Amino acid sequence: MADMLAIQDEIVAEFSSFDNWADRYEYMIELGKSLPLIDPRYKVDDNLIKGCQSNVWLHSENNDGKLIFTADSDAILTKGIIAILIRVFSNQDPDSIMDAKTDFIDKIGLKNHLSPIRANGLLSMIKELKLYAVKSKTKSN
Amino acid sequence: MLDINTIRKDFPILDQKVNGQKLIYFDNAATSQTPNQVVSSIVDYYKKTNSNIHRGNHKLSIQATTAYEDVRKKLQKYFNSRLPQEIIFTSGTTQSINIITLGYTDILTSQDEVIVSEMEHHSNIVPIQMLCERTGAKLKVIPMDDQGNLIIEEFDKMLTEKTKLVFVSHVSNALGTVNPISYIIDKSHEMGAKVLIDGAQGASHFEIDFQKLDMDYYTVSAHKMCGPTGVGILYGKEELLNKLSPWHGGGEMIDEVSFEKTTYGELPHKFEPGTPNIAGVIAFGAAIEYMDKIGLDNIQTHEDELLKYCTQELKKIKGLKIYGEAKNKIAVISFNVEGIHHYDLGSLLDQFGVAVRIGHHCAQPVMNYFKIPGTVRISFSFYNTKEEIDLMIKALNRAITMLQ
Repeated sequence: MADMLAIQDEIVAEFSSFDNWADRYEYMIELGKSLPLIDPRYKVDDNLIKGCQSNVWLHSENNDGKLIFTADSDAILTKGIIAILIRVFSNQDPDSIMDAKTDFIDKIGLKNHLSPIRANGLLSMIKELKLYAVKSKTKSN
Repeated sequence: MLDINTIRKDFPILDQKVNGQKLIYFDNAATSQTPNQVVSSIVDYYKKTNSNIHRGNHKLSIQATTAYEDVRKKLQKYFNSRLPQEIIFTSGTTQSINIITLGYTDILTSQDEVIVSEMEHHSNIVPIQMLCERTGAKLKVIPMDDQGNLIIEEFDKMLTEKTKLVFVSHVSNALGTVNPISYIIDKSHEMGAKVLIDGAQGASHFEIDFQKLDMDYYTVSAHKMCGPTGVGILYGKEELLNKLSPWHGGGEMIDEVSFEKTTYGELPHKFEPGTPNIAGVIAFGAAIEYMDKIGLDNIQTHEDELLKYCTQELKKIKGLKIYGEAKNKIAVISFNVEGIHHYDLGSLLDQFGVAVRIGHHCAQPVMNYFKIPGTVRISFSFYNTKEEIDLMIKALNRAITMLQ
């Protein structure tokens, strides 16, 4: 398992190579398109995250102490954001997920380039990821 | 002909860059921009006149009261109401509608019916649903067709002696449709029903004559017509407003107060409890003056031209579908592009400096009708130009290429 901070640094490095917003967005769109498909049976209302301007479905599974996240959205930019979050948060143990810092989002300019309303969607997603971690910990205790 | 270049000098907010690009403001149906004249009236008020109204008898209070009441008279004249006290100052259309629905709580019974239309803004649906829950009255909905027109034959059928209230918007905020309100008002009156017209999107585009239209209630938001946010009016016929119970109690709205019995003040004070948004009302007056100077005829001609031009240019884009193509519509265009989510388009347009509205536009029943989660909505004001439309179309094409 790669260290969450190391993955975050990697992402920050990737984004810093773009010198204009259009390239940054093109990259996000590309990430969105390459996001692995979610199993259709997890694309249900129970997995919908509130607070996003587009629909976001998030599913989590516990694989031997590590949480595996799969997600989908009907908007491609949102899928790009999901792809980044899954890269950081998926396949980690609940404790690391709960403690994870998320200031890399500022560093890749996502927060600046997405308005507070849209950032709310981003924050709701992170909240939800951490909530899964808390839930899975309470279950295993 | 409007001299747009000169007009735009009154709106310094338009002359700026956002996200490093020249701002193109196409979200006027959400809120219109505020000209210097209106901004100065707020600043002047706080610098020279600020004082509480109606109760003081010192110089400043008298000046503030006069300025505030002068706006009421100005609006009476502008909208041609019979009496100045038929103009109630509120925080905007939403509050205006709620004053009426709260007032009817002790008038309606479970035997009564209330009609709304399918294309209403949530603020002209939710208060009415709440009224129906409180009273047991039955809610009926006028359906619409694919073009975004109300199916008026259905309205004719559902209107009966049981109908007590009819709530319809002058203009749909999501589709731009101008509704046949004269017909609806006259028909409803024949059945003895009272009519509220939600004018949030109407007053900024048309000359409105309250007495000629003859509806019982009309609502206006100042910020959609070059005024400040947080101010609006409820117009109501005197004899009807007199019968309604006040919605909130407080200072300013009373005749006499004792612990045994309090009696309410006369119109308009009965519906204006507490210290109002005095600066906002005075600025609303300045906005009306500004709109009047430009002239609603000129505004309509210019906006119609923008609507026609933009519709024609948008239709050249492959896969683009416009929602709401009523013959009689104002300069609002809702659309989607096949295979692209409105959120993605809106986000990229924002990066190009184009301000549009995305989402369900507080009109989820309209979105449900078309079976879509939302649209991109462009809405014009008189200070917008064809050059801005050209830039927007360019940005839109670029965004579509990036997303496909």
